[in-house]
Amino acid sequence: MAMVAVWPHGDLLLASPLSALARLWELARTAAFWLTVGRSAGRILGGFLFACTAAVLLAILAAWRQWIRELLAPLVAVIKTVPVVSFIILALVWLDAESLAFFISALMVFPPVYLNVLEGVGQADRRLLEMARVFRVPFRRTLWGIWLPQVLPYLRSALSLSLGLCWKAGIAAEVIGLPAGTIGERLYTAKVYFQTPDLFAWTAVIAAVSVVFERLFVRGVDLLARKVGRGWK
Amino acid sequence: MEVIVREVCKSYSGRQVLDRVSFTAGPGVTCLMAPSGAGKTTLLRILLGLERADSGRVLGLEGRRLSAVFQEDRLLEHLNARENLRFVLGGAYDEDAARTLLEALGLASAGDAPVSTWSGGMKRRLSLARALSAPWDLLALDEPFTGLDGENRARAIACIRQAAVGPVLLVTHDLADAADLSAKIVRL
Repeated sequence: MAMVAVWPHGDLLLASPLSALARLWELARTAAFWLTVGRSAGRILGGFLFACTAAVLLAILAAWRQWIRELLAPLVAVIKTVPVVSFIILALVWLDAESLAFFISALMVFPPVYLNVLEGVGQADRRLLEMARVFRVPFRRTLWGIWLPQVLPYLRSALSLSLGLCWKAGIAAEVIGLPAGTIGERLYTAKVYFQTPDLFAWTAVIAAVSVVFERLFVRGVDLLARKVGRGWK
Repeated sequence: MEVIVREVCKSYSGRQVLDRVSFTAGPGVTCLMAPSGAGKTTLLRILLGLERADSGRVLGLEGRRLSAVFQEDRLLEHLNARENLRFVLGGAYDEDAARTLLEALGLASAGDAPVSTWSGGMKRRLSLARALSAPWDLLALDEPFTGLDGENRARAIACIRQAAVGPVLLVTHDLADAADLSAKIVRL
């Protein structure tokens, strides 16, 4: 790889880390860069949060009623199996380019969060729930004492997995849909004009933002888990 | 207050577990004795509202507060003793009463360690402490002395005797338990 980078015009094929970093530094000093990152992050994280909320609520309902579980099973199986690019192209027919990243990232996040939370709720200790019922423990305390300690580890792994997924799928949707002023559009432009340092710089930005958000969300769940671990007050 | 059990029947997959069980439990300890698998725990579960009888009636429990030591400890393992009591008692939790009861059951030394680090006997005593500290009109005790040595069994018996102002249903194999608690014996 290093050889390709030092080859005459090698930067066209594979930008050197130095030129990618230099380009990143150049970009980061412009307001447009932060606006672009903000726009993409807003849509992708919007989809992520929407899907998380829907998945948690539906997982609770599905754990409670089998017919809801059976109703959702084929839908989840289809989302898991169909290639993301098929969804992107299909969604382009239904939606405008601006909503595409939101929709696609939501679609990618829903199955892992739904399935993990469903598993976590299903694993809740029935004997403890019976105990809470006999002692007439109110729902809020049962939630903190029994449900959350059981579900949070499942939610943590689902969030960690799906945040990476939603960034990858969301940016792919932007590259295909080309909504103005987004990371996906910048990636596409870099490809069209052979601006390989830009391509690498934006890829680094995607990876960095994805990791930062993953850490933030997982830390949030860990804080909640610690609070739960300290017991109900 | 009295709990009246009349002609209660229960079967699982065609196997009759309880066959027309009838008895009355008034204030004090009533000991349900039967060989293993004879449906003692099932009967307690019916009284606690966790199972439905196939037929028969249970009278005197409508709107009553129930408390229990279950066959398993059923403690919140990630919490300590006080937090386990507070989980059940909520706003009614009283630090002094909790300390007194935990001391009486020999659990004062456990401090703030989570229950997951405790021995089986300690967990059993905490399970009893939780049942005794909750407000109750019927107290159901399913083998509460399992895993307790002589000294701790004596502590547990003293606490139950002191608390047994209302009806207490005790499930045990051991006649000595019934004798030590001056219990009325019902054979299933």
